[in-house]
Amino acid sequence: MGLPSLSLIAQSVLSGVFIGALYGLLGLGLSLSWGLLRQINLAHFALAFLAAYLCYQLSTVGGIDPLLTLVVIVPGFFALGVAMQWLFARFEITAFNSLLVTFGLTVIVESLIQSIWTADFRRLESTYGNAKFKLGFLYIPAPELLTLVLSLSLAFSMWAALRYTDIGKALRAAAEDGPIATAFGVNRQALALLLSGACAALAGVAGVCIALSYTLAPAQIYGWIGVVFAAVMMGGLGRPLGPIVAGIVIGVSESVTMALTSPSWAPLVSFSLLIVVLLVRPSRV
Amino acid sequence: MRALAIHKEEVTMRSTTVRHLVGGIAALACALAVVAGTASAAPSGPPIRIGSTLALTGPLASTALVHQLVGDIYVEQINKKNGLLGRPVEWIVKDDQSKPDLARTLYEQLITVDKVDLLMGPYATGAILSAMGVAQRYNKVLVHHTFGIPSLAKYDAQFPTWSLGADPAATFPNTLFDALATTPKPPKTVAIVTSKFPSVHFMSLGAREAVKKRGLQEVVFLEWDFGNRDFGAIAARVKDANPDLVWVGAIGLEGNQLLDAMKKIDYTPPLHFYMYPAPGPMAQAPEAKNALAATIFEEHAPYLNNPGAAEFVKLFNERAAKAGLPYTAVETQAAASYSAWQVLDAAVTATKSLDDKVLAEWLRKNKVDTIQGKLRFDGPSNYGDDLMAVKQVQNGRWVTVWPKSVAAPGATLMTK
Repeated sequence: MGLPSLSLIAQSVLSGVFIGALYGLLGLGLSLSWGLLRQINLAHFALAFLAAYLCYQLSTVGGIDPLLTLVVIVPGFFALGVAMQWLFARFEITAFNSLLVTFGLTVIVESLIQSIWTADFRRLESTYGNAKFKLGFLYIPAPELLTLVLSLSLAFSMWAALRYTDIGKALRAAAEDGPIATAFGVNRQALALLLSGACAALAGVAGVCIALSYTLAPAQIYGWIGVVFAAVMMGGLGRPLGPIVAGIVIGVSESVTMALTSPSWAPLVSFSLLIVVLLVRPSRV
Repeated sequence: MRALAIHKEEVTMRSTTVRHLVGGIAALACALAVVAGTASAAPSGPPIRIGSTLALTGPLASTALVHQLVGDIYVEQINKKNGLLGRPVEWIVKDDQSKPDLARTLYEQLITVDKVDLLMGPYATGAILSAMGVAQRYNKVLVHHTFGIPSLAKYDAQFPTWSLGADPAATFPNTLFDALATTPKPPKTVAIVTSKFPSVHFMSLGAREAVKKRGLQEVVFLEWDFGNRDFGAIAARVKDANPDLVWVGAIGLEGNQLLDAMKKIDYTPPLHFYMYPAPGPMAQAPEAKNALAATIFEEHAPYLNNPGAAEFVKLFNERAAKAGLPYTAVETQAAASYSAWQVLDAAVTATKSLDDKVLAEWLRKNKVDTIQGKLRFDGPSNYGDDLMAVKQVQNGRWVTVWPKSVAAPGATLMTK
């Protein structure tokens, strides 16, 4: 095999950045709920796919622009997240139990999706799907670019909100030491409802991005879990910028591996990177 | 006297009316008997129970749904006639959740707990292999529809109805390259990119051999793990290699994912073949124009002339639309599935027996007419001929283009 061309490498890196951005967007809500609420929310993936199907339905049947579906999906999913957190608090679900409960919820959502949209493949055809830009010899597809922009802006917004707003500081304080935060007047329950709602809304945004770029099938919910968990753990729990950075690192590493060696080696990359990070900086998790 | 006469007349009239009534009823009964005699008698007696599993949930559910519809249609059809051996048929189908290990347990249950009379195979190679082990342990006949690796079928009472032939890795690539050789510009350079999913991977290795034997040049060979999400780099490598033909060892959506990635970098391969694509999404994708794939049945003549084919296609189209499937056409999956029921039906009807040994013996010695053609089970691993043909996306639908004996009327292999 000859040397790979510059366009091959550059296009592969770009492709890795784009998929990494989606890993990051999916990981953002997961990381925040894990780090700040101590909930390992597997249902996050199910919510993302539920949002993807809703986007498909609203666009295909309702004729609404896929991006405009966010107007319905984001508040709807926020409410769903709040309701979930209320139930979790009501039944005092611990971190470990949250893994089991949310796995159960994932199965329920998968069944719900299958009963409404069947197990067959669904593809959202939109004007965004065919739109792309050319920058020199690089092709930039519009849906992936949109995902990147949304991921970065949401990650930075969450970072800024946690760092500079009173609510953000209270959330971090509550995660650090709940009883002390309560003693200082922090309403932990209300904050938890707010954060859970925000995480579910983030899942909704990720779902719309998935619908724009991928063909949907209910069982695909599980296909993302491994690599997104790797991104979340590498990025550090409760850190909004972590998953996006780790996601892009994983995406680019996988993509470059595929461009230079056998594509079947790519899945090894994300988990090898995770193992290295855990060995070098175990405190991140 | 007059009163007596009137009374007698009334009695006579009444008895005449009764006679007429009885005569009428008798005539009606005779007429009904004649009608019933010309149609089939309704099946009666205890039902014949046929057990199987399907991947009703999990990653294979999208295709298993097709097999569920087909089974429902066949059982309904057979019960509308005379059932099997005059008895109604009951199909017990359990959800193996796309897990071969669960399929094994459920087949064990079907035999030992549900005590089914006959077995029907599950969907997909892994589950069929599991079911085959159980069937062998209990000496049950296993007719199955979607087993992708013939060399692994060692049990002598298993009967495949997906007509791959005993060595499809050798035979099918030749069919494809024979078809391409008839085009004005046959390919000289080939990129082979393939999923490592077992039932397509060995076919891609067969394609490599065929490329070598025919003196063609393999410009790139790439493998990915099943479940790969990012096809950007693979598409870029194919574009870089600039082949005349891309052989894509894809199963399910992988073909569409690669096509999508190629579209994003403005690349359209001159010729492109996909082993087992998701038929609906591929036929409906504009970038899939002229895409080639393997098939055993499509909704056109001469397949529609095969016994039962036209009626089945009509029913399946209706049921699939009713079930909300986005793609309602009959192709390989549905045809192999329907053939499996036809084969089991033929064996029971011919032998008038539910004895697995008798059924297996009969199947090994006889050919069965199915909607995909005549199937025989007397070759290695009970496989018969490789009936796989080459189909192509033309104007948003699949049409068979090669060999000519099964090509759609007027259809030719398009290269532009």
